[in-house]
Amino acid sequence: MTPDTLTPGTLTPGTFPPGTFPPDATTVRAVHDDFHGDLLEVSMGPHHPSTHGVFRMNVVLDGEIIVKLQPVFGYLHRNHEKLAENISYLASIPYTDRLDYLASLTNNWAYVIAVEKLASLTVPERGEYVRVIVGELARLINHCCLVGFLLNDLGTSFTPLLYSLRERERMLDLVEELTGSRMMCNYMRFGGVRVDPSPDWLARLKTYLEGDFPKFLAEQDALLTGNEILLARTQGAGILKPDLAINAGITGPMLRASGVDYDIRKVERYSIYDRFDFRVPLGDHGDTYDRYMMRMLEMHESLKILRQALRDIPAGPATDPKAKSRGLRPKPGEAYGRIEAPKGELGFYLISDGSPQPYRYRIRPPSFINLTILEDMCLGQTVADAVITLGSVDIVLGEVDR
Amino acid sequence: METIEQLRDRLVAAFPAPDAVTLVTNPGPAAQHSLLLAHAQAREIARFLRDDPALRLDFCSNVSGIDWPDKEVTETVNITTPDPAGGPAKITEQKTKRLQPGHLEVVYHLYSMTLKTTAPVVLRLRTANRDDSVTVPSLTPVWRSCEFQEREIFDLFGVRFEGHPDLRRILMWDEFEDHPMRKDYVSPDDYEWEPTPHDDVLTRAKTHYPAAATSPAATSPAAAAPATAAPADTAAAPVTAAAAAPAAAATPNPEAAK
Repeated sequence: MTPDTLTPGTLTPGTFPPGTFPPDATTVRAVHDDFHGDLLEVSMGPHHPSTHGVFRMNVVLDGEIIVKLQPVFGYLHRNHEKLAENISYLASIPYTDRLDYLASLTNNWAYVIAVEKLASLTVPERGEYVRVIVGELARLINHCCLVGFLLNDLGTSFTPLLYSLRERERMLDLVEELTGSRMMCNYMRFGGVRVDPSPDWLARLKTYLEGDFPKFLAEQDALLTGNEILLARTQGAGILKPDLAINAGITGPMLRASGVDYDIRKVERYSIYDRFDFRVPLGDHGDTYDRYMMRMLEMHESLKILRQALRDIPAGPATDPKAKSRGLRPKPGEAYGRIEAPKGELGFYLISDGSPQPYRYRIRPPSFINLTILEDMCLGQTVADAVITLGSVDIVLGEVDR
Repeated sequence: METIEQLRDRLVAAFPAPDAVTLVTNPGPAAQHSLLLAHAQAREIARFLRDDPALRLDFCSNVSGIDWPDKEVTETVNITTPDPAGGPAKITEQKTKRLQPGHLEVVYHLYSMTLKTTAPVVLRLRTANRDDSVTVPSLTPVWRSCEFQEREIFDLFGVRFEGHPDLRRILMWDEFEDHPMRKDYVSPDDYEWEPTPHDDVLTRAKTHYPAAATSPAATSPAAAAPATAAPADTAAAPVTAAAAAPAAAATPNPEAAK
């Protein structure tokens, strides 16, 4: 807090050389500027409750308005890609759980889809149904959390969050029963899944999805969706235009909130998504409210898919008995496989040189790329709006930093 | 959707420079073939792919780096020597070893959100070598989604992207020097090793805990006043220091404790 140590007029928002905040920047510092008066440089995070983990935003403020924002991350970086280059294909599956740890089942799925493309493996019918069921369950869990945490960012002091976490725990109990773990599921295998769900488990999931979960959704809708404070705070905050969203590679609910009809479940129809009747919700304005609504509506659509999948699931093996998991040595070549994860397009790019370890293992993390335009969405907004804009992007630092 | 060969032919017609576009086949079952671009035309070709009405590749999904280190290739040549006596010709194998120079590669996976394509169009850019000529043109001006991903490749592989608006490390810290995703990267024995107090911190610690010097006066309590005590830069006996300044009993200065 010593403005006199700085030369007046040298720091204007437009003339910041990229990436050169003063190296000795403390947490808060006033910068005198001839044109804008006093600018304030604030380092939000990495240990800040609104940043969803160890994420930092270097913000330059003119009064309460953001004139510059730089996301800083990497605090959780463990070079997952390098780790995977030194272990077998199978041994990477538990590591993928640690990417987006709120939805580990879809991470497993994206990885096994890429390996199945690389080694041309097939999945039996029942295996595909089980994958869809657990994948959509992961989407419900993720969106449930997101709605709760977003409302927490809005300052609701835990009531909606605890309602969400209560439902999430109920779903996690089912997941734990099936996979043995609440969050680190390690469930998918090349050519199928690790364990076949019992009829009893499927019946209880069905009961839950018929009864308690729709009740929770209706309750959240009634409590939140039309709430005046929520509308006042979120509508018009953090607007993302569709052209920029496409060019910046934004995917998932965030892209659809901007009105771009692109859902990989519909476009690529991977697995057996062509058999289900569901719709893709689209937003109109691309603001925080639309991003919130996308999550609420997608939960309804996931519920539809789950009901159909539970109705139609056939008997038979859940894993291809001929698929080789241990000691898998795909032929030399490369493959890029992707799915619609709850946060956006999750892809894996694998290169095999014929050895038991991948030569190159690359993850396309949706929440990392969705952060590209965080500054564009936050410029000209207040700090409080930046907090909810970041909350509506839905990042998990395990995936951003890898 | 046209095949990759048709696309290659169309690009060759539009960009007639030699080696502007080369088809790289993928022998694996996924058969996702790719196009290797020359540096000079890369950005124009990328713009063409994005804006062409039949392609509309407006979505650059994934950018990834690959390290191909120098490789020793053994080539075997069979040399046939005719037998002067008229018998069967003698065949000898001659093996020659050749060093195939390595390079770094950047791979872009493109899709069209407008036309909703399902197969990626894959572009490749290669650096000349892995040491001093590691520059490729950045495609961030064409697709904004490359911004963070190219920064990541710069960080982890050491590829320099010419024309990138903000090329800095993104996952590793700024002072880090190596590129960990390279195949020949050697990780340190201890990641968290840090020489305990040094430089400015050590100097400050010395003045902060004024331990007694070796002079006999140090044993007298009167001489232990902070204003007069000298920093312990010689081998001061810890007992003496503790007696002179009780606060410094647990001395933070490893040199003084020696």
